[in-house]
Amino acid sequence: MRWINHTAIKTFSRGVHPADHKADTCHLPIRQFPFAPEMVIPLSQHVGKPAIAVVRQGQEVLRGQVIAIADGPMSVPIHAPATGVIQGMDLVPSNKGMIPGIYLKPMPGSTQEVNEGTPCHLETATPDDILQAIQSAGIVGLGGAVFPTHIKLTLGDNKYVDTLIINGVECEPYLTTDHRVMLEQTQDIMLGIRYLLKATGAKRAIIAVEANKPDAAHALNQAIPPGLAVSVQLLKVKYPQGADKILVKTLLGLEVPPGSHSVDIHVVTINVATTAEIGRLLPHGRGVQERVITITGPAVAKKGNYLIPMGTPLRFALTTLGVSKDINAVCLGGPMMGPAVANLDIPITKGVAGFVAFTKTKTERKQRIFACIHCGYCVEACPIALNPSQLGLLAMKKDYARMVHDFHLRECFECGACAYICPSHIPLVQYFRTAKAMYKKEHVSDSLTSATVSIK
Amino acid sequence: MTNNNKTLRVQSSPHIHSGASVEKIMRNVVLALLPTSGFAVYAFGITALLVLFTAILSCVLSEHLLCKFSNKPSTLGDYSVVITGLLYGMTLPPGLPLWMVCVGGVVAVGLGKFIFGGLGYNVFNPALVGRAFLQAAFPVSMTSWMPAFSPDRFHVIASSTLTLPFTTPHYDIIASATPLAAMKFEQHVSDTADLLLGLSSGSTAETCSVLILLGGIYLMARNMLNWRIPAGIFAAVILLSGVFNVIDESRYGAPLFMLFSGGLMLGALFMATDMVASPMTSLGCFIYGVFIGILVVIIRYWSGMTEGVMYAILFANAISPHIDRLVQPLPYGFRKRKTRWNPR
Repeated sequence: MRWINHTAIKTFSRGVHPADHKADTCHLPIRQFPFAPEMVIPLSQHVGKPAIAVVRQGQEVLRGQVIAIADGPMSVPIHAPATGVIQGMDLVPSNKGMIPGIYLKPMPGSTQEVNEGTPCHLETATPDDILQAIQSAGIVGLGGAVFPTHIKLTLGDNKYVDTLIINGVECEPYLTTDHRVMLEQTQDIMLGIRYLLKATGAKRAIIAVEANKPDAAHALNQAIPPGLAVSVQLLKVKYPQGADKILVKTLLGLEVPPGSHSVDIHVVTINVATTAEIGRLLPHGRGVQERVITITGPAVAKKGNYLIPMGTPLRFALTTLGVSKDINAVCLGGPMMGPAVANLDIPITKGVAGFVAFTKTKTERKQRIFACIHCGYCVEACPIALNPSQLGLLAMKKDYARMVHDFHLRECFECGACAYICPSHIPLVQYFRTAKAMYKKEHVSDSLTSATVSIK
Repeated sequence: MTNNNKTLRVQSSPHIHSGASVEKIMRNVVLALLPTSGFAVYAFGITALLVLFTAILSCVLSEHLLCKFSNKPSTLGDYSVVITGLLYGMTLPPGLPLWMVCVGGVVAVGLGKFIFGGLGYNVFNPALVGRAFLQAAFPVSMTSWMPAFSPDRFHVIASSTLTLPFTTPHYDIIASATPLAAMKFEQHVSDTADLLLGLSSGSTAETCSVLILLGGIYLMARNMLNWRIPAGIFAAVILLSGVFNVIDESRYGAPLFMLFSGGLMLGALFMATDMVASPMTSLGCFIYGVFIGILVVIIRYWSGMTEGVMYAILFANAISPHIDRLVQPLPYGFRKRKTRWNPR
C-alpha cells in the first residue's frame, strides 16, 4: 500500500484512546440475518416529524413497500422490512419509551423479493430529483444521528458547498459496521459519492478513514473512478475523531462556529454507510428496509456483522446468536455514546449501527464516586476544549445558567471522553445531559413569563 | 432469555472506563516516593524511620477520627492521606521530636484538608500546611539538623526525637549548616555531586535529588504528574539565579546549586504538583511553576530565611484557581469572546 506513505496521517488535539475491541468482528464478512417472527417498526426512526402510517390491520404488504409516508419535508417514509401481514398499529417499545408504531408478521415461505419504486438515474437526475429520491428512500444519517439526509443536503439561499466529507472514521470501540461496508460495498460508496457531489455541487470529496482500517482505505483508494475528485485520508486512531465538527477541523483546519452547521463553512459531512445506502438504493428506487449492524460484546456468542431487517427485536437477535447467562447491560450503538437498553423488546431502527452486550464483569464503570481532584485529565481529553471539571462542579451546585453562559455547555456533544477518563468516576456526561434539560426547562418558563408580561 | 430483563443495568453513557482511578494515582505516588524514603532511612537511620512512621500514623489517625466524629464515611481507602503523611514526614528535620511531628500531622489533615471538605476541596497542599505550622510554632527545632551518615545511626535514636511532649528538646550533635545556610551565611558552595547523591544534611528525605528525580520521571511517564509544573519551576530558577550568579558569584548561588539544594527537587516534583491545589490547564500549570520558581529565588536570596520552597508553593496554591481563570482555553469554534469565570 505505497500510497499510504504519501499521505500524512492527520489527527486532532486532545481526545482519548479507548481499547477498540474491533478485532473480534472486523474480519467477519457481512451476513444476512433471518427474519424475526414479529417485527416492531416505530413510526419515528429519525429526527423530525414521525411518519404517517398508510396501512391497516390485516393488510398484506410487500418487502420494500411504503408503509408510512413522510409527514412534510422534515420527515422520511418507512418501508416494510419484509413481505408479511400487518398485525396491528399500537404503541411499540423503543428506547424512548412506548411510541406509535406498526407490528408486522413476515409471511413464512415468501420469496421476500424486494418491491422496487421509481429509479433515480445519476445521469438524468437534477440535484432536486436526487434530494427527492433520497427522501423517498427514507435515508437518514445511519451513523446514529438519524438526521434526514435530504435536509442536510438542502442548501439555503446564498449557500454553497465545496467539500464533501465521507465519514468512515468509526471511532466508537467495538463497532465494525462501517469497516465492513467500506470493504464490501466499495462500489456503492463510489456511486453514492457521485450522487452526493451532483446533489450538492461540491467540487471534491474526502473519505476519512481511521488508521486501524488500512484495508478499507486501500480498497476505497483502488476503487476511485478516474476523473472523480475523491481522495482517501487516513486519520490517527483517537476518540472522538468521527464527530462531525472534529472531523472538519482535522481535515480542513476549519472550525464550525457555535450555533451553526458545517454547511455554513461550505462543508457537508455524510456517514459512509449512508453514502453506500444512497448508491445502493437510488438506482433501483428502493427504500431502507435493512441495514448493516455489528452485534458484539462479551455476552454475545456469535459476534459478527449482519445485514439485519429493520424492526428486528434485540431479544430475537440475541437469542439467535446465543447470549451468555450473565448478560448485564446492553448499549445501542457504541459504548462511548450509545444509550443503555432497558428493554430487550425494542427493535433495530435506522440509527442503530450495532449493539454491544456486556457481562457483569465487563461493565467497567465503577460506582464509587470521589470528589473532583482537579487532575485535569478531562480538560486534556475534551475535544472541543471545554472545562468538564468546572462544568461538573457547577452542575452539582445546580448553577445551570452559568454552565451555559460562561462555560459553553451547549457546545458539548456528549462524546463521553471526560467521563471515560475521570479517575474519580464522576458521571460528567450524565450531569451535562441533566443540566441541558434543566436549563431548557428554566429557560422555557422564563420566556413564557416574559411573554405573558408583554401581552398585558 | 426471559430472566434477562430484570438484570439489565441502565446507566448514562459512556459504558466503558479507562480504568484510571484516584486510588491508582495515589498508590503510584506512594510507590514513586518509596526510593527517596528508603534513602532517608539509610542516611539518617532509625530516627528518620521513626519520623516518617509517626508522620504517616498521625495523619492517618487524624483523618480516621475526623471522619468518624463528623459522621462521614472513612476516606482512608483512597490513599491520599498516606501521601500527605509521607510527604509531610519527608520535609521535617530528621531529629524533630516525635510529639511535634504528631501535632503537625493533626494540623496538616485537620486544617490543611478536612476543614475544606476533604480530598478534592483543599486549597493548599496539606503536608505543607502542617510543616508551615511547625515552622511558625517551633522555629528552633525546625532548623536544627542532624548530621547524615553518623556511624551509629542504625542503633541509636537521636536524643531530641524522644523528647517528652511540650518540653524543649535537647540536641546532642547538631550538623554543620545545611548547604543553603552555608551558602547564605558563610558563602560556602557545596559540591553539586554531593547534593545530587544526598550526602549533605537537610530534611529527612529532601537530600537525594537523583532518587527524587527518578520518582518524578516515573510519575510523568504514567501521566500522573504534570511535567509543566517542574519544568516551569526549573526554568524560572535556572534563568533568574543564572543572571544573579553572573552579577555576584559570592552572594548568589549558581543555578545548579539552587536546583539541587534544599527542598526544591522534592517541592517541585511532589509538592507543587499536588493535583488538587495546582491549576488544570497546561498553560496554567506552566505559569504556576514559573511563579513558584521566581518566589523561591526571591526568598532564598533576599529574605531572612535560608529556604523558601514551602512558602512559595503555599502562595502559588492560593493563586492557582486564578491562574486557571486567566488562561482558560478557548472552546472549539470560538474566536475571541470574553468569558467570565470564577473558579471553585
